[in-house]
Order: sequence, then structure tokens, then C-alpha cells
Amino acid sequence: MSLQEYYNYVILPILGISVILVFIRFLKGPSIPDRVIALDMLILIAIGIIAIYSMQNDQSTFLDIAMLFALIAFLGTVAFAYFLIQRSKNDE
Amino acid sequence: MMSEILIMIMMTLGSLFILSTAVAVLTKPDVYMRINITTKTATLGLGLILLSAAIYFQDYSVTTRVVSIILFIFLTAPIGGHMLMRSAYFTKTEKWKGMKIDDLDGQYDPITKELYSEDRKEGISPKTSEENENQ
Repeated sequence: MSLQEYYNYVILPILGISVILVFIRFLKGPSIPDRVIALDMLILIAIGIIAIYSMQNDQSTFLDIAMLFALIAFLGTVAFAYFLIQRSKNDE
Repeated sequence: MMSEILIMIMMTLGSLFILSTAVAVLTKPDVYMRINITTKTATLGLGLILLSAAIYFQDYSVTTRVVSIILFIFLTAPIGGHMLMRSAYFTKTEKWKGMKIDDLDGQYDPITKELYSEDRKEGISPKTSEENENQ
């Protein structure tokens, strides 16, 4: 089995199933932190998929986008945490 | 040929770790457990996949990019998880029913959200001192 077939038939389906599972949690999540952590997890899986895709197409430029996604994931999580604390302060 | 086998093994391990994380995110009963899971296994799986990309390209520019992404994720995932869990605790998100001991109970100032350290607990923490007076 060549490397190209291995991406298509083994790795990408596993990552796709994990995206679906996390997305179910994103839709179900009873509280806001649940949804935020599911979003964070979705972005992390997207970084993995981008890495696989760059190997598949032999283009290393896609890894820059992966770096950008890592930054956005961190900023989004921190901003949501700050927002949740501020909102609870305003309610009191 | 050797590097192809190495790439296959590392990619498979990484994607299996990510799959296990996704299953845990779906099935764990509590917000705190879910955050705890995502900050550990997902970073390991991602690190393995990115390292396999570095082995595939065998290029200095790609390797530096991969190492910087891995370092960034290893530094920021625990910080983001900690901040999110702290805010979830302050907004009183539901805990799991089987959780018996809550060590942080009464250790936070309710207004300023400041953590009392252990040696300052007796003098300053208002909740415990009031309870002692009542007894």
C-alpha cells in the first residue's frame, strides 16, 4: 500500500470520524464552556487535517495556515473565558 | 522506504490518539473532565502528525515551522484549558454527581475572584472564619 492510498483510506477517515464526534458534542453541549472546548478541539483536528493535506499535495505552504489556526484557537479560548467571567460579574 | 514506514506508524498513532480524544469529549460526564482530556491527548496526537510531516518533507524551513507549531500548542493548550476551566468554575457550571470532594470550595473570594493560598486560609477567608464563630 502506497503512502497516498494510506492517507485516503486510513488516516483521513479516522480524523473525519473524530470531527463528527466532536461536532455532536458541539451541538449537544449543555453549557457554554462545553461548546467552547468542542470548538477548540475542532480547530486542533483541523490543524492535523491540514498537515495531512500538505503531505498529500506535496505543498509545505499549507503549514503556515496551520500555524494561524493554532493562534486563532488560543485567542478564541482565552477571549471566551474572559467574556464568561465578565458576564457573570455583570449579572451579580 | 524506511522513512515511509516511520511516517505511517507516527500518523496512525497520532490519528488514533485524536480519535480517542474525540470519543472522550463525547462521552465524559463533566465539563472539567472534557477540558482535562483535550489538553492532554490532543496535543500528543497533533505533535505526532506534525512530526510525521516534518519527516516527510525533510527540509529546514518545514522543520522549523513544525517545531514552532508544536511548541506553541504545547504552551498554549494548557493555559487556555486552565482559563476556561476557571471561568466554568466561577459561573457554577454543573459538576458530575459522583464528584465527592471539591477542594476549591470556599477557597475563592466570591467578589474579587482571588484564590486564598493555604497558609493565609485561617486569617482571611471569610467563610471559614464565620463558620468557626457560629460553632
